Amino acid sequence: MAEDHKMTYADPWMLPETKGFWEALNDGKLVIRTCNDCGRGHHFPRAMCPHCYSSNLEWKESDGTGTIYSFTAQQVKGGGKYVYAYVEIADRVRAITNIVDCDPDALQIGQKVKAAFRPSASGQNILVFTPA
Amino acid sequence: MTAHDARLVGAYELPYRHAPDKSLAQMQAEAALGAVADAGLSLKDVDGFFCGGDTPGMGPMSLIEYLNITPRYVDSTETGGNSYVSHVARAARAIDAGLCDVALITLAGKPRTPAKGSRPMTDSNKPDQDFELTYHPTVPANYALAAQRHMYEYGTTSEQLAWIKVAASHHAQHNPHALLKDVVTVEDVVNSPMVASPLHRFDCCVITDGGGALILAKSEIAKRLNRPSVKILGTGEAVKHQGAGDIDLTWTAGKWAAEKAWKMSGCTPDQIQYASIYDSFTITVLLEIEDLGFCKPGHGGGFVAEGNLISGKGKLPFNTDGGGLCSNHPGNRGGMTKVIEAVRQLRGEAHPAVQVPDCALALAHGTGGSLGTRHGASTLILARED
Ligand SMILES: [Zn+2]
Repeated sequence: MAEDHKMTYADPWMLPETKGFWEALNDGKLVIRTCNDCGRGHHFPRAMCPHCYSSNLEWKESDGTGTIYSFTAQQVKGGGKYVYAYVEIADRVRAITNIVDCDPDALQIGQKVKAAFRPSASGQNILVFTPA
Repeated sequence: MTAHDARLVGAYELPYRHAPDKSLAQMQAEAALGAVADAGLSLKDVDGFFCGGDTPGMGPMSLIEYLNITPRYVDSTETGGNSYVSHVARAARAIDAGLCDVALITLAGKPRTPAKGSRPMTDSNKPDQDFELTYHPTVPANYALAAQRHMYEYGTTSEQLAWIKVAASHHAQHNPHALLKDVVTVEDVVNSPMVASPLHRFDCCVITDGGGALILAKSEIAKRLNRPSVKILGTGEAVKHQGAGDIDLTWTAGKWAAEKAWKMSGCTPDQIQYASIYDSFTITVLLEIEDLGFCKPGHGGGFVAEGNLISGKGKLPFNTDGGGLCSNHPGNRGGMTKVIEAVRQLRGEAHPAVQVPDCALALAHGTGGSLGTRHGASTLILARED
């Protein structure tokens, strides 16, 4: 198994409308900004629904599973690689992420993955995924 | 809709690919002077100025000052590397509307010799920042995502993508200014080091210092000039993004841009004799060929294989200067050189080894930004003056 390059994560800026997302991650939960009017989820989180422009939104808790929509194994100068990917976390909600603790060459589009958490420099949980 | 009254009358590409001893403004000025000289005009004739985000300072103003010109119309639309393709359409519309008579479009960049004290990499106000840059994206990785998905949905192969680089290299061997002049094979491409799977080093464009400029003028002025001018039959622009998470990586904004350009021009893809197609990566070309309508969605791999993009050999001669994959991708922005080579072809001034015989109708297409997230696209349908 090719060891993936160990990622480090900068502290996110955390814009005001995304705070609920980051707080949930620190509770070990993945939440998806979801519209109570049109019912659709979106990502990255906004202050209004980008589908119907309602501001009647909630943080809907996900079971933390997803499927790989696309991915790439990025080579690192000096050796190793890491996986940069889109994971579908809800219907038509595809999020950019890293897939960690995996063999990058064995990943497949459509593969099931589950949420995992990695600390940023100051300890904020960052959302990543691992093979389910 | 009829074609624009405005004509492309000047085109100039800086011959160098590395400029450690030149300032960015100096390079832009050299490009501007080259283009007005090519048209048989002077900078004093320029009353419209168009530039993208490569220009130093605030919008277009520093360069206008450096050139000491006083345009009555300016436009600094910025959508990445395709911006200069869009500027041609915008300049044509401005000229047609009487807002200016002679428009200058410039580009220069020096990524091989970065400026001191360059802009910070992060912007805390960028809404997508935390959800993208957190994950260490690279430029190739954001195109690799599109390649991987296209392979998954349509069975496209690395060997098919490699043919795009092979075709570009066949053209670059005739360009004395090209950064990479060696002809390569499919095996060379797929055996070159992996950068971001499935993209290899040879699937990626070159990184060069350089630039170029274009001049448009109203037809009444174009008629008086001693150079063959080029008509603008159709234009289109579009921006495509993640759609709040509902991203589809198998097609680009080029689909929307091209639809507008085909409709405006009344032309069809089978009529195009030469195509400049933005080649930041091989996958960019493959998706654009499908989106431009040269083949059906998913059929790009078969279309580009077996040398179909090689001038004198294939059905769709593309990027006969060697393109971004082999010749030049000045300032990491390939739109300018796409238009310049299309102008050369329509003037019959491409290298004889790659000149399309009796080239009367050409296309220039650009993609800027990132296929993996958000990008702009612009299409031009161009014709030789009758
Ligand atoms: Zn809604």
